[in-house]
Amino acid sequence: MTAAEAPSASSTPANGNGDGELLLRAEHVKKYFPIRSGVLLQREVARVHAVDDVSLELRAGETLGLVGESGCGKSTLARCLARLYPLTSGSVVFEGQDISALSRRELRPVRRELQMVFQDPYASLNPRKRVGEILSDPLRIHKRGNRDQIKRRVRELLELVGLSPEHINRYPHEFSGGQRQRIGVARALALHPKLIIADEPVSALDVSIRAQVINLLDDLQDELHLTYIFIAHDLGVVRHVSDRIAVMYLGKIVEVSPAEELYQRPIHPYTEALLSAVPIPDPDLSDRRTQIVLEGDVPSPIVPPSGCRFHPRCRYATKICAQQEPPLAEYGGGHLAACHHPLNIDLPVAPGTDAAPVPGAVQDAAPVPGGASSAVPAADAEPLPPVAGGSAGAEVPAEEAQ
Amino acid sequence: MTGEPLLDVRDLKVSFRTEDGLVKAVDGVSLTLFEGETLGIVGESGSGKSVTMMSVMRLINDPNARFEGEVLYKGHDLMTLNRDQMRAIRGTGISMIFQDPMTSLNPVYRVGAQIAEQIRAHDHVSKQAARDRAIELLAAVGIPQAAHRVDNFPHEFSGGMRQRVMIAMAISCNPDILIADEPTTALDVTIQAQILKLLRKLKNDFGTAVVLITHDMGVVADLADRIAVMYAGRIVEQGTRREVFYDAQHPYTWGLLGSIARLDRPKPRRLAAIPGQPPSLLRLAPGCAFADRCAHRFDLCDEPPPLLARVDGNHLDACHLEPKQKKELRETTIHPELIENAE
Repeated sequence: MTAAEAPSASSTPANGNGDGELLLRAEHVKKYFPIRSGVLLQREVARVHAVDDVSLELRAGETLGLVGESGCGKSTLARCLARLYPLTSGSVVFEGQDISALSRRELRPVRRELQMVFQDPYASLNPRKRVGEILSDPLRIHKRGNRDQIKRRVRELLELVGLSPEHINRYPHEFSGGQRQRIGVARALALHPKLIIADEPVSALDVSIRAQVINLLDDLQDELHLTYIFIAHDLGVVRHVSDRIAVMYLGKIVEVSPAEELYQRPIHPYTEALLSAVPIPDPDLSDRRTQIVLEGDVPSPIVPPSGCRFHPRCRYATKICAQQEPPLAEYGGGHLAACHHPLNIDLPVAPGTDAAPVPGAVQDAAPVPGGASSAVPAADAEPLPPVAGGSAGAEVPAEEAQ
Repeated sequence: MTGEPLLDVRDLKVSFRTEDGLVKAVDGVSLTLFEGETLGIVGESGSGKSVTMMSVMRLINDPNARFEGEVLYKGHDLMTLNRDQMRAIRGTGISMIFQDPMTSLNPVYRVGAQIAEQIRAHDHVSKQAARDRAIELLAAVGIPQAAHRVDNFPHEFSGGMRQRVMIAMAISCNPDILIADEPTTALDVTIQAQILKLLRKLKNDFGTAVVLITHDMGVVADLADRIAVMYAGRIVEQGTRREVFYDAQHPYTWGLLGSIARLDRPKPRRLAAIPGQPPSLLRLAPGCAFADRCAHRFDLCDEPPPLLARVDGNHLDACHLEPKQKKELRETTIHPELIENAE
């Protein structure tokens, strides 16, 4: 099966970044966590469907944003891609090499290229090690030079992330949250990786510090030609950093799109609701818009709903939604969504409107007066008809249709 | 706003003695809250927003804490009340909900019992009547099948539902004032929208005055009538929602507004981050606490800036700059892309 047959969340370079070669491809990644019961036999009684059949591609130099509510599987997916978890099934190809079945030893060279930054800068740094040790550990483990060279590199790293090289002998507790996160970033950079998976790197930080760290990650990407997978639940932050965005719900990718396009033309009702739920820091706009407030909570991933997993909370759901799982279908411009009742499909791909935000009452079709500046080339102005069955309902997921 | 305020905090100072010295967590805060009004208090961690409201509720029992100033609730100074008098006010007069609903609920009691306990502590009603009232309250805050869920334990609820239980408990005795300390910070956006909708409903249906403590400018834009911005234990700006968002006077407020990655504007090339870090409350300089991080600092900033109305009657700010100067500087801070384009 090729990507052309099955629309996986493949990359269509939209705005500048991400025109590089294929760096990572995940196909049908599944991660189920068993729930065991019983004293001796430890029978498996159920499974948490944390990540359920996710396919995506990542090109060198781009930033893929991964959004969704807690429990949607975005962190689990990230850890599967970094092979911090073994996969239940599926494959992850990184730089042409299938890493899904590699042993610990075989993974070592891959780890150099693929690093993670974690959410909690208090928990992800060893409190009993000095900063110098934290940063030189990866260099020593991977035998990058002698003591002097390592020391020089550590100072270089500290400067790179905006910390003073004099801090080399301090302990993590002597730093503020923002500074600790900078140390986390420096550690990830130590081995000159190509891909950095950042799992909620700014969620634990205060707003003003958050902006500093986002700007730092931005600068580093330009300077070091990094590729990012950026996980966050803050849709504003994700829009700011991402070239493309994948929206996850209950273990599935429900929509993938070039960043700006997603905010202007959300196709999946879940994306629409998610965007509509973000508070707008502008009193007049906030008063005038009609918010879509989703009822209830995310269902249990142990027994996910039948058909489309979003249907119990979806305001557009009909009978078919409970029966058939909608496949990810292409809507032009690299915009994919999995929905039987796609929204906004008659709107042109990311219309090139003026930069001024639309202050009018926001109707259902456009939940958020998103930044209206077009970042997507207008060349794809004609909306393509959805392939793979369209809204009438393909009987089988697109992957099997061929 | 006319008439007597419901809550009038006058020059509140809270300090903690620590091994490293005196921490001035709250340094001369004055606030008013009128009936039916929602006051938003915005600031970063350590700005003193929670300590201010915890002090109003007299919930800080630290022997190293020192309090000065007056907290007038309907004309009575809460600072002078004894334990029993204060207890009578909590719940019926003022009640509070917190960020983390899991740690605020007792995990070994059923939620219904916890709500009923509070009702019976203030009203002399039968157990059955309290339980019925608990079910009624759970239904009012949007818990489905309230009659059945009343016998659940807190761990059987999701985060959003637990926060609803906390709100049910807080409004069980019909308080005049509800203090919500980061009520949605631990929740997902879709659940946050549900809780904010619920708070708005309480405000409209019961006329409850709300103090909303948050670090999220989006949340106050949505809900607050007036906003106070706090920095390093002091209020640096205070005004109506529209004044603070559309005519912000303090450079710190500009920084806060500029550093949000917002969905309602075109994407800026860079976020306008505030450089540096909040100052240590142990060693505050005598002048403006924000001066070290402020791009517009000048000589006068070494003097403490008083919180004054410099532009309009009730729009207060603590910055030495002239209002005319501020207007020009502000645009460049909140919209850095404007300068970039001009260059």
